[in-house]
Amino acid sequence: MSVRRLAVEQPDGFEFSRENLEWANAQLKKYPDGRGQSAVLPLLWRAQEQCGGWLPEPAIRYIAELLNMPHIRVYEIATFYTMFNLESVGKHLVQVCKTTPCWLRGSDELERVCFEEIGKPESISPDGNFTWRRVECLGACVNAPVVQINADFHEDLNAQSFRTLLSQLRAGETVAAGSHAGRHASEPGSGEDGNANDEQETLHFNGFK
Amino acid sequence: MLSEKDRIFTNLYGFQSASLEAARKRGDWRNTGALLAKGRDWLTSEVKESGLRGRGGAGFPTGLKWSFMPPDPDASALPNYLVINADESEPGTCKDRDILRHEPHKLIEGALLAGRAMGAHTGYIYVRGEFIHERECLQRAINEAYAARLLGPNAAGSNWHFDLFVHHGAGAYICGEETALLESLEGKKGQPRLKPPFPANVGLFGAPTTVNNVETIAVVPEILRRGASWFANLGRPGNTGTKVFCISGHVERPCNVEEEMGVPLRELIETHAGGIRGGWDNLLAVIPGGSSVPLLPADICGKIRMDFDSLKEAKSGLGTAAVIVMDKSTDIIRAIARLSAFYKHESCGQCTPCREGTGWMWRVMEKIADGKSSPDEIDTLLDVTKQVEGHTICALGDAAAWPVQGLIRHFRPLMEGRQRRR
Amino acid sequence: MSDAKQINLTVDGTKVSVDPGTTVLQACEVAGREIPRFCYHDRLSIAGNCRMCLVEIEKAPKPVASCAMPAADGMIVHTKTPGVHKARKGVMEFLLINHPLDCPICDQGGECDLQDQAVAYGTDGSRFAENKRAVEDKYIGPLIKTVMTRCIHCTRCVRFACEVAGTPELGAAGRGEDMEITTYLEHAMTSELSGNVIDLCPVGALTSKPYAFTARSWELEHTQSVDVMDALGSAIRIDTRGQEVMRILPRTFDAINEEWLSDKSRFIWDGLKNQRLDKCYLRGEDNRLRPCRWEQAFEYIEANTRDVPPEKRAALVGDLACAESIAALGDLMRSMGAPHLDCREPLSPLGRNAEGGRVRRGSYLFNSSIAGIDDADAILLVGADVRREAALLDARLRKNWRRSGTTIGVIASTTSVPPRDYESVRLGEGASALQQLIEPTSEDARRFRNLLDVAQRPMLILGQGALNRIDGAKIYDMALALAQQTGMLGPEWNGFNILHTNAAQVAGLDLDFLPRQGGLDSAGIRKGVTDGGIEWLYLLGVDTHLPQQNKNAFIIYQGSHGDAGAAFADVVLPAAAYTEKSATFVNTEGRVQSAKRALFPPGDAREDWTILRRLSDVLGCRLPYDDAFALQQSMISQAPHFAERDQLVPLSNAEKPEPVRASMPLRDDPFVSTVDDFHLSNVVARASAVMAQCSRLANKK
Repeated sequence: MSVRRLAVEQPDGFEFSRENLEWANAQLKKYPDGRGQSAVLPLLWRAQEQCGGWLPEPAIRYIAELLNMPHIRVYEIATFYTMFNLESVGKHLVQVCKTTPCWLRGSDELERVCFEEIGKPESISPDGNFTWRRVECLGACVNAPVVQINADFHEDLNAQSFRTLLSQLRAGETVAAGSHAGRHASEPGSGEDGNANDEQETLHFNGFK
Repeated sequence: MLSEKDRIFTNLYGFQSASLEAARKRGDWRNTGALLAKGRDWLTSEVKESGLRGRGGAGFPTGLKWSFMPPDPDASALPNYLVINADESEPGTCKDRDILRHEPHKLIEGALLAGRAMGAHTGYIYVRGEFIHERECLQRAINEAYAARLLGPNAAGSNWHFDLFVHHGAGAYICGEETALLESLEGKKGQPRLKPPFPANVGLFGAPTTVNNVETIAVVPEILRRGASWFANLGRPGNTGTKVFCISGHVERPCNVEEEMGVPLRELIETHAGGIRGGWDNLLAVIPGGSSVPLLPADICGKIRMDFDSLKEAKSGLGTAAVIVMDKSTDIIRAIARLSAFYKHESCGQCTPCREGTGWMWRVMEKIADGKSSPDEIDTLLDVTKQVEGHTICALGDAAAWPVQGLIRHFRPLMEGRQRRR
Repeated sequence: MSDAKQINLTVDGTKVSVDPGTTVLQACEVAGREIPRFCYHDRLSIAGNCRMCLVEIEKAPKPVASCAMPAADGMIVHTKTPGVHKARKGVMEFLLINHPLDCPICDQGGECDLQDQAVAYGTDGSRFAENKRAVEDKYIGPLIKTVMTRCIHCTRCVRFACEVAGTPELGAAGRGEDMEITTYLEHAMTSELSGNVIDLCPVGALTSKPYAFTARSWELEHTQSVDVMDALGSAIRIDTRGQEVMRILPRTFDAINEEWLSDKSRFIWDGLKNQRLDKCYLRGEDNRLRPCRWEQAFEYIEANTRDVPPEKRAALVGDLACAESIAALGDLMRSMGAPHLDCREPLSPLGRNAEGGRVRRGSYLFNSSIAGIDDADAILLVGADVRREAALLDARLRKNWRRSGTTIGVIASTTSVPPRDYESVRLGEGASALQQLIEPTSEDARRFRNLLDVAQRPMLILGQGALNRIDGAKIYDMALALAQQTGMLGPEWNGFNILHTNAAQVAGLDLDFLPRQGGLDSAGIRKGVTDGGIEWLYLLGVDTHLPQQNKNAFIIYQGSHGDAGAAFADVVLPAAAYTEKSATFVNTEGRVQSAKRALFPPGDAREDWTILRRLSDVLGCRLPYDDAFALQQSMISQAPHFAERDQLVPLSNAEKPEPVRASMPLRDDPFVSTVDDFHLSNVVARASAVMAQCSRLANKK
C-alpha cells in the first residue's frame, strides 16, 4: 500500500447512465431503510466501470450525494479499498499477484514479462492497451501464478503462456479465463504443465452451462 | 482418506453444472423444508453435536456461535442477521472460491438453514471484490433459488421468510475480519470494531449478527441431512468432519481437495497433490493453515496431522487449511518477507502496533532477506513481533507477527548466516 | 452515585465501586490511577486505536485497552505490572518510530501528550534503523497549521468534527501506515469550532496557525477569564507574554463550554492589537479626529455638555461593555437627570413591558441554563441562528440530538440559517409558523406541537432575529404563550429561553440600563440624533446601527477600537478591551462571571468605569465610588445576584418570565439572524486579520 491520491487531471462531472442509476436504486433495496450507505462499494464499483476502469473525483462526489454521505467519507473509502483506481488505466488492467503462493510458483517471471511487454507498473502502455501492477493475494493460490486481467483470472501461467496471453489481448482477441495449463479448475493437474483429466467434460470455468 | 460416500463437495471442481437442477441431482435442497420444520433448537443442537468448527480460520464451534443469538428476534425491535464471509483473502486459501462458483446451492441452502437456526430473516454474503465471476455465479444461483421459492417468503415451503443478498468488497484483506466486514457492509472503511460488544449482541446495523465462513455454512445441509453423528465420526473429537484443503506452492499438482479432518499432512500432499516437487526429502517447510500461521519445518511436517488441535500443539494452526509448501529451493526468508509485505499492505492503519509494526517488520525482513541486516536485528525483529502480538484491535497484528516468529523459531541459523555473509 | 447496581472491581489492590457503563479506564481513574492515552477523550466516542491505555485484567489472555473495556463486577485490574509497562513501552516505541524528533521546533513542545508520555514509557535511543515516514502537510484552513508527519492517527480530530462540531469534514484517507488525515480535497474546514482540534491533537500535527512560532508554552502567563464574543460567557484562559496576548484557549467549564471554544473566541487576539484606541481624540475644525490628552478631552466634553439640557442627553451601550461601565454610565445618566438610555439593539422588546414597566428577570434569560439543553426532550428554535449566534450552543443541541435523538424544530429564515448536521424539522420562517404551533391547523404543526405537549422537558429558544423587529414584543408574547401552553414553565423545569448575542446585554438589563419615564429607547435615541431631538449622546462601545446622520448632537465615544462608533464621534475616549480589565459580565443564562485583567490597556486607554468616574467629576455629578469594590457593592445593591459569581442563581417564582402584553400587527417577514457575519460581529473581530480571512473564506461559498 502506498499513498493513494486522486489523479491530477479530472473530468468536469459525472453522473450515472440511466441504466446504472436504475441499477443503483435497485441495489439500495438490499439494505434496510436509511442504510443506503451500505451500497457505497457496489456503487463506486459501478461508477468505475462506467468510467472505463477508473474512479474520477466527480464520481466520488456524485456517489456521496446520491447516498447522502459526506464527501470525505466516500473519499476515505475510495482511498482505502485498493480496487478503486484513482487514475485512468489501460484497456486491460493486468494485476500480477505477488504474494507468497504465487511467488513460489514463478510470479517474478510474470513480472519480468510485464516489464518487457508493457513497461513500468502503474502507467498506461503507449498503445493504451495495458496498465499493470503488482497486487496481493488474489485468492486462487492452487492455480498459481495468477494474473487478474479486468474481471478474469488467468491461472497456471508461466512466462511463455503469459506472453502469449498478452499478445493475444493486444491483438484484440478474446482469451478464455482460467487455467492456461489445461486444468479445468482447482483439481489436481497432471503435472507441471500437463493437461488435466482428459475424460472430464469442459465447461465454462464458472460452472454454468 | 476420505471415502467417496462421505464427500460433501461433490462438484468442488465444477465438472458438473452449478445450476439448481444439477445441484438437486447431487442431493442439494433435498428435504430442506423438513429440516427447517424441525425448528431452531434442533438445528442448532444438531450442528453443535456435529462438532463443526468454523472453517474461516479461528475454528470456533459453530453451533455454540449460533446459540449466542437472541432467542426471539420477532419480538425484538432489531432483526437478527446472518452474514456470510466470502471475503476469502488469506494467502494460500482459495476454497470458498470453488464453493461460490461450483457449489453455490450448498451455500444458499446452508444459509437458509443457518438463518432459521439463528432466527435471521436476512442474510448477506460478502464476496471479495476480485471474485467478479464468482459473485455473478452466486447471484445466478440465488436468482434460481428465488425462482424456485427456495428463498423469499415461505422459503422451501417452511413458512420461514428468508432473503439472501450478495454484497461485495473492493480490495481489502482486512474485511475478512468479521467486524471489519460488518463495517464494510455498512458502507464504511473496513476497520475492525472494538470487542466487546461482539456481533451477536451488536453486529450489522447495530443488530444481533452472526458471521460465518462460506465453507462452514455450505457443509451445514449435509450435516443436517446425514446427521450430526455422521459428521462427528469423521476426524477425531474436537476436530470433526471433512475440510477442503488448498495445497499450493512446491507440489507436483497443486489443488483444492476435500479430506477428512486430521489427515496426516504427508498423506494429504502425497495422495492429492502429487507429492513435493523433487520428493518428500526436498521439503523445506510448510505453512499449514494460510499465511497467518507459523510455518512448520520439514521434520515436523512428516509427523503432523491436519486438524486444529494437532497443529496448535505444534505451535502453528489449521487456520483456513491452506497448505503452502516450500521445497529446498525456496529462499524462505524471502517467502516470509513477502508475507510481511502482504500484512503491511493490508493493515487497516487503525491501531498503532499494527500500523507501525507491520511496516517495521516488513522493512527488517527485507533487509534480512537482502543480507543487509546488522547482527542484533533478528532480536529486535522478534521483539517487534512480540510488541505487535496481542496488542492490537483485531487479529491482523497477530497474523503479521506469527509467520515471522515461526521463521525465527525454525530458521534462525539461516537468518544469522545471511547476516554474516555481508 | 445513582441507585443502579454498582460495579465493584479492584484496581491495583484498591477496591472501587463505579456506575454501570463505566469503562475500565474511568474506573482506574476513580481508583486514583492515571492511565496514559492518546486517542481516548471523555467527550468523544471511543476509538481504542492508540493502544496506550493497555492494562492487565486477571483471566484475560492478553492486555486489554482499558478505554474500550466496560468495567465488570469482580474484575481485578493491574495497571503497574511489568507486563503493562512493557506493553505500553512497545506501543510508545511504535508511536515514536515514525514521529519526527523535531520537538525543538514544534509548537506543541511543552504541552505535548506524546512528549509527556515518552518520559514515562520512552527510551533514550531508537531501534528503528529505517527511514522515517514523511507525510505531506494538508491545507485545512487559515486557522489550523498541519505538520502531518507528526500525526499519530488517534483520529480525535476526525471524531470531533463528526460528532461534536457536526461538520464531517475531516477523515483518514488511505490505509495502513500510509493513512493520512485530511479534509476532502484539502478544503478549509467550515466549522465555527474547528480550532478545538488543535487542543484535541495530542501531538504537534494540528497546531494554531496564527500562534505558530510566536511563543513557547512555558513562557506564557495564564489568566483565567471569560469570553465576550457571544453571550455564552465561555470560560477562557488568556495566555500573555509581557504586555501581549499570545493566544486564547478554553478552560473546562461543563456548565457552558465544556472544554470547547468557538473559533471567534479563540482566534480573535490579533484584533486586540489592531485598530486600538490608545489616545483620546477630538474632532477638530477640519472635521478630522486629532489626538489629545485626557484633560483636553474632558475639558472639551465639559464645554459641550454645559449647555445641553438633561432631557436632550442620551446614552447607548454596545455589545462588549462590562457591567461596571454600564452601571457607572447608568448612574451618571441618572445623576444628570437624563432619561434616554438603552442597552439594547434597536427594536428589542426585552426588559420593558408595553406600559414601559420593568419586567421580571426570567423574561430575558436563558432559563433552562445551557447545560439544561442536555436534558431537553423537545426543542424549538425561534429566530435563533444558533450556529452563528452562539456556535457552542449548536454543539450542545447536537450533543442532545446525538444522544437522545431529540427532535429540533426550527422557525427561521431558510436563507439565514446555515445547515447543521443534526436533523431538524423546518416549521416555517416567521410569525405565522409560531402562530401555527399555538393553534395548529396544518399537519406538520400539529405533529410538532404534539411533541412539545408530550415532552417532559420541552424547550424553546427565542433568538434576537425574532425579537429585534417592529413586532418583536408581540412575538415574545406568542412564544411565551406557547411555552406556557406546552408546559415549559413547570415547577422543576423552565424551558423558556432567550438567546442573547451580546455579552453586555444581560448585565445592561439587570442594571436596568433602559429608558426612564418619558425616555427614548434604542431606536428612538438614534432617530433623535438624526432629527435633532437628541443633542448629546454617549456611546459606550456602540459601533453598530449608528444613526444615518448626526443633525447637531455632541457625540462621545468610549471604547477600545477605532471602528464606526469612533468615526461617528466628536470625542473619543480610549478604553480597555475585555482582556485588559477586571470586570463583570453576565451571560445569557444570567450567570455573573468575572473577566480578569491579563495585561494593561495600551497607551492612554483606561479601564472603562474609571473614565466614567472621572467624567462624573468633570460634569459635576460625582459618582459615589472610588474603587472597583465600591462600584460592585453599588451594583449588588441594585441587583443582588451580582454578589453570586460563576454560580447560576436559581430564579425565584417572582422572577419567572412574564408577558409584555404587546399589541401590534404581526408581520410575516422571516426571522433573520442579527449576526450576518459570524467572523466579523464585533469591533475586536473586525480588527482581526485572522477573522477577516475566515470571513472571506466563509463568504466565498
